[in-house]
Amino acid sequence: MNVHYLYSLLAVIILGLIAYAGSEGAGLTWLFGLVIPYVALLIFIVGFANRVWGWAKSPVPFRIPTTAGQQKSLDWIKSSSIDNPSSTPGVIMRMALEIFLFRSLFRNSRVEISGDRLSYKWVIWLWLFAILFHYSFLVVVIRHMRFFLEPIPFVILMIDKVDSIFQVGSPVVYQSGVVLFAAATVLLLRRVFVPKVNYISRAADYFPLFLIIGIAFTGIVMRYFAKVDVVGAKELAMGLVTFSPGIPDASIGGIFYAHLFLVCVLLAYIPFSKLMHMGGIFLSPTRNLANNSRAKRHVNPWNNPVKVHTYEEYEDDFRDKMIEAGLPVEKE
Amino acid sequence: MNDRNYIIIGLVVFFALLTFPVWYNLGSASSAPEVVLTEKAKEAKICIEDADFMRREHMQILNNWRDKVVREDKRTYSGKDGKEYDVSLSNTCMDCHSNKADFCDKCHTYTAVDPYCWDCHTYPEVTK
Repeated sequence: MNVHYLYSLLAVIILGLIAYAGSEGAGLTWLFGLVIPYVALLIFIVGFANRVWGWAKSPVPFRIPTTAGQQKSLDWIKSSSIDNPSSTPGVIMRMALEIFLFRSLFRNSRVEISGDRLSYKWVIWLWLFAILFHYSFLVVVIRHMRFFLEPIPFVILMIDKVDSIFQVGSPVVYQSGVVLFAAATVLLLRRVFVPKVNYISRAADYFPLFLIIGIAFTGIVMRYFAKVDVVGAKELAMGLVTFSPGIPDASIGGIFYAHLFLVCVLLAYIPFSKLMHMGGIFLSPTRNLANNSRAKRHVNPWNNPVKVHTYEEYEDDFRDKMIEAGLPVEKE
Repeated sequence: MNDRNYIIIGLVVFFALLTFPVWYNLGSASSAPEVVLTEKAKEAKICIEDADFMRREHMQILNNWRDKVVREDKRTYSGKDGKEYDVSLSNTCMDCHSNKADFCDKCHTYTAVDPYCWDCHTYPEVTK
């Protein structure tokens, strides 16, 4: 039993309904179409910068990378230059694999007792659905640039074309939308049905998932089922990005405002949530530092100056007495 | 620490990418396309359904029409007012909307829609 996902689901549904009712019923299209998008973007930029700046200020005096392979030592011992990088190129390689291919998720394993033995199994599902989810989301975001750019660049048209290459139905089905919705749903079901994951999941884990599923859902609905006025949608979007905001005369449709509002909520929510991993992944000290502690001395920069009395100085003070007592001295 | 410079550069690049549409559209005032109706379309006043419905649903109607004709050989469509129409893109739709460039293409280009109707159908300008 877990109430966290019920609250999150309810929150997303209520948010969607507020925007739908607000624009369709109360006629607050200016609020949901013009004011809230700007406010959300502002919160996102300021919040994101603030969060990253907080991390930038956090001191990392020593090297703390996860060492997932043989460290570089003697020439004849083969070292693992990516899993335990000792130089910047190795770190760049490690970060690229992490950011583009989710390498650490790829090595996910499950501990099981099979018979009377403890076994570790390689489990690929989390990696698979995570990478499907992230890349389809990226394609969806890039595709949406057709609403924000005029004239539409060739690259966007090309991506659009490839994404709908099977030409199913009319309007043609975008694969990325379907994959995004399906993969996000699988990631959600994982948190609901896998007991161990369910146990450590809180509202902050469910809410973003429901929010993204809600965005995908409203998007799919307004493209294929309860259709909205696409030209009006682009008119509104173009008004926003050229800072000449206006609501088009013809009604776009309440579901469009629900979609837009959920996106705004997501944007404004990102800086305060675990979704900051989009910035945080670049700033993970356990990944982005070279493990060169043995080759290079790292001194804590804010160490207090400590007054020391070295052995040489000690010997200088007491040399005569030491010789007299028959103790060995380094300097005669 | 010197890492801060890299972090600031990263942030600036990210925000520049995020606000790309603003830079891209800078100085170009865009307005929504206005479709041009032919004299014949103006005269008819109403399409097979009302304009708002057609604006949202025409692609679905055309898709259903294709399936109906090609797979079931059903060649009549009755609109909301009960009037019957011949199911044909070239002969019914494009009889009035014979100006593809000023009617179909205007909105399609604006929203990056590239319908594959014309993979098989030709439009009047070509057939004339």
